[in-house]
Amino acid sequence: MYQYDQYDQAMVDARVAEFRDQAQRRLEGKLSEDQFKPLRLMNGLYLQLHAYMLRVAIPYGTLNSTQMHALADIADKYDRGYGHFTTRQNIQYNWIKLEDAGDILADLAKVEMHAIQTSGNCIRNISSDHFAGAAQDELVDPRPYAELLRQWSSFHPEFMYLPRKFKIAVIASGTDRAAMKLHDIGIQIVKNDAGEIGASFFVGGGMGRTPMIAPNIRDFVPLDQLITYAEACLRVYNRYGRRDNKYKARIKILVHELGAEEYTRQVEEEFAHLLEQGIEPPLAELERIKTYFTDPAFEDGPKTVDRSDPDFALWVDRNTHRHKHDSYVSAVISLKPVGGIPGDATAEQMHLMADLAKEYSFDEMRVMHTQNVVLPHVKIADLHALWAKLDAADLGTPNLDQIGDIIACPGLDYCSLANARSIPLAQKISERFAANGKQDKLGELKLKISGCINACGHHHAGHIGILGVDKKGVENYQLSLGGSEAEDTALGKITGRGFDEAGVIDAVDTVTDVYLQHKQGEERFLDTYNRIGMAPFKEALYD
Amino acid sequence: MKILTGNDLKSGAVVWWDGSDWSLHIEDAVDVGDNAESIMAREESARRVNVPYALAATLTDGVPRPDHIKDRIRALGPTVRPDLTLKPADPEVGNWVI
Amino acid sequence: MTDILRFRDDEAVDHPAVTVDAFLEQTNANAVRIEPGDDARDLLPQIGQIQLVEVNFPVFGDGRGYSAARILREAGYEGEIRAVGDVLADQLNNMRRCGFDAFEPDAPLDPEVTKRALDTWPEVYQATTDGRNPIWNKRHE
Repeated sequence: MYQYDQYDQAMVDARVAEFRDQAQRRLEGKLSEDQFKPLRLMNGLYLQLHAYMLRVAIPYGTLNSTQMHALADIADKYDRGYGHFTTRQNIQYNWIKLEDAGDILADLAKVEMHAIQTSGNCIRNISSDHFAGAAQDELVDPRPYAELLRQWSSFHPEFMYLPRKFKIAVIASGTDRAAMKLHDIGIQIVKNDAGEIGASFFVGGGMGRTPMIAPNIRDFVPLDQLITYAEACLRVYNRYGRRDNKYKARIKILVHELGAEEYTRQVEEEFAHLLEQGIEPPLAELERIKTYFTDPAFEDGPKTVDRSDPDFALWVDRNTHRHKHDSYVSAVISLKPVGGIPGDATAEQMHLMADLAKEYSFDEMRVMHTQNVVLPHVKIADLHALWAKLDAADLGTPNLDQIGDIIACPGLDYCSLANARSIPLAQKISERFAANGKQDKLGELKLKISGCINACGHHHAGHIGILGVDKKGVENYQLSLGGSEAEDTALGKITGRGFDEAGVIDAVDTVTDVYLQHKQGEERFLDTYNRIGMAPFKEALYD
Repeated sequence: MKILTGNDLKSGAVVWWDGSDWSLHIEDAVDVGDNAESIMAREESARRVNVPYALAATLTDGVPRPDHIKDRIRALGPTVRPDLTLKPADPEVGNWVI
Repeated sequence: MTDILRFRDDEAVDHPAVTVDAFLEQTNANAVRIEPGDDARDLLPQIGQIQLVEVNFPVFGDGRGYSAARILREAGYEGEIRAVGDVLADQLNNMRRCGFDAFEPDAPLDPEVTKRALDTWPEVYQATTDGRNPIWNKRHE
């Protein structure tokens, strides 16, 4: 994986000094909260429901054991012994003190980590495919491109006060595991008819209040113009994105209001101008970055496992993913134990994951946007030993992409923006479907819960989505069906009137019954929904 | 009744105005009547509190109970981690929120 | 004029700037004030006669002025670009990078904080027109 050189280190060190100074000025009263807020947000420091919250960037979700150990140490030393892995492949801590923030950043900088631009109206952490560099179906490893974009977007002088936040995802496979088309910019690394590698740009996707799927605005940008093209996309947005209404300020609204064609025309015009400005790093820089993402020394070994232990066999079937080397798999560590808090991990569990990554996965881990952790390169021969250790630490739940593998935002238990709690709902649903044995019959079913319209829990993209709303001071939940964040990206449709907490759990049970009644052959819930439509579900829910 | 809350500038902890200072415990919160704005302005400029706001509450069993669930969760802590709330030993504590 | 932080040696323009609309009608002005909604490119046909462009920041969170300044510099404009309005110390470094070379904030800047803000960043990741050598170039020189 990528390693800092003296320049990268100088940048994060400078940031630590800068933020220490800013925090100190706030504590001394030289900065008002209004002035300090955008500065702290650009460094991932929120003021949440109970305390300050710090979001630490995990670029494209990749980290090594030293970094994971450091994250665990921060949880112990400055927080309350745990952290929360987010839907943008980051980690956040819920109980941070402003006076500790500088020290935490300094601890992070020692392991080549930071909290730069993990919030604020700027370009956020670049996300990517969690199986990057391991997946059998990828064209190339997308992470070098993500790293190139990370450096370009870090402290970009022109784009620190955009109309609104800006999220970029990079993938390099036909299978979309990063919800690429639901980002402000989604980039797919592709090969053209001439056999050259380039970037296909999708701009103006997003979830939130007005979910939109990004249109493709350019199907091939040559690699030696990638940064310049991204800069053109951003400049048009910075100049013309709406600033009169926070809820209409994301680039998706600009693209929608202008029309994709007109937005593209403006981008192309700006792009032509910027090509003359010499802002593109040389291809040698991309090549330099690529040298950090070469394959580890894979060895041939057994290609199958001993399936005599049914629990282990189930975990292998559900939680491992095909690897480009046939003696390896990518193994998913579920952070969704039955009745647990999705995405939370204790310091102890983080230390264990780090140790296991070192022992079994060439010292590498990935955070998934589904709030789980991947060991990307595990020898099939080692799987049983790995599983046994995970299982003993409550990290071996065999539920990847099952109904128990719920994405949930922190909701009203932690978040000051939330309208309703998300976590208790996730806990109760996973308990219900584990207890009644139905999870095993349902197969792939992606359930996603957001506690407010900002959609951090990706509810629009859930096969089943739940949105928490505030109904005169009482928590209420809207159900939607048919969303997807994969290559068949789709936005879910609301079933009808909302439910209280118990009611929405029953409603989920009901819609899964409808699926099981109508399922044909190997259809997933989403396939059946797409075939039979909303009517049978609605009938079962409301008649 | 009208009570005041905010966060401690340094620690971020949720605090409540008790009439002369900021307390971690909502039990200490007092009715501020018409004085909310002046107290908040004074306390914020003295950096004794960050982002204060006034909210409606109802005295219930001698304790001010905020009318909105968000403030009740602020007063208690995350309902999904009773061990991290201000009353970790009370198994029924979550019921106060609902 | 005492509260202007200036990184130029030439004489400052000593008369008020006109609006972009006024400038486009009245062709003899040499000082123009850009508001966030103005298009800096409208000035380019007559850029040679301009000595001062003021870029107004009614609120510091409106970042359109950063693009305006870069567009002017990318077009070869060498006169003064002055950030005015809600301009804070923590924005100075990025503004310098985008081509601003004078600052006239509503609220006075603390000289020590200003110095720290401008001295904090030894390296830069991007190429702009400010002449600083980006990291990617240093790596491959």
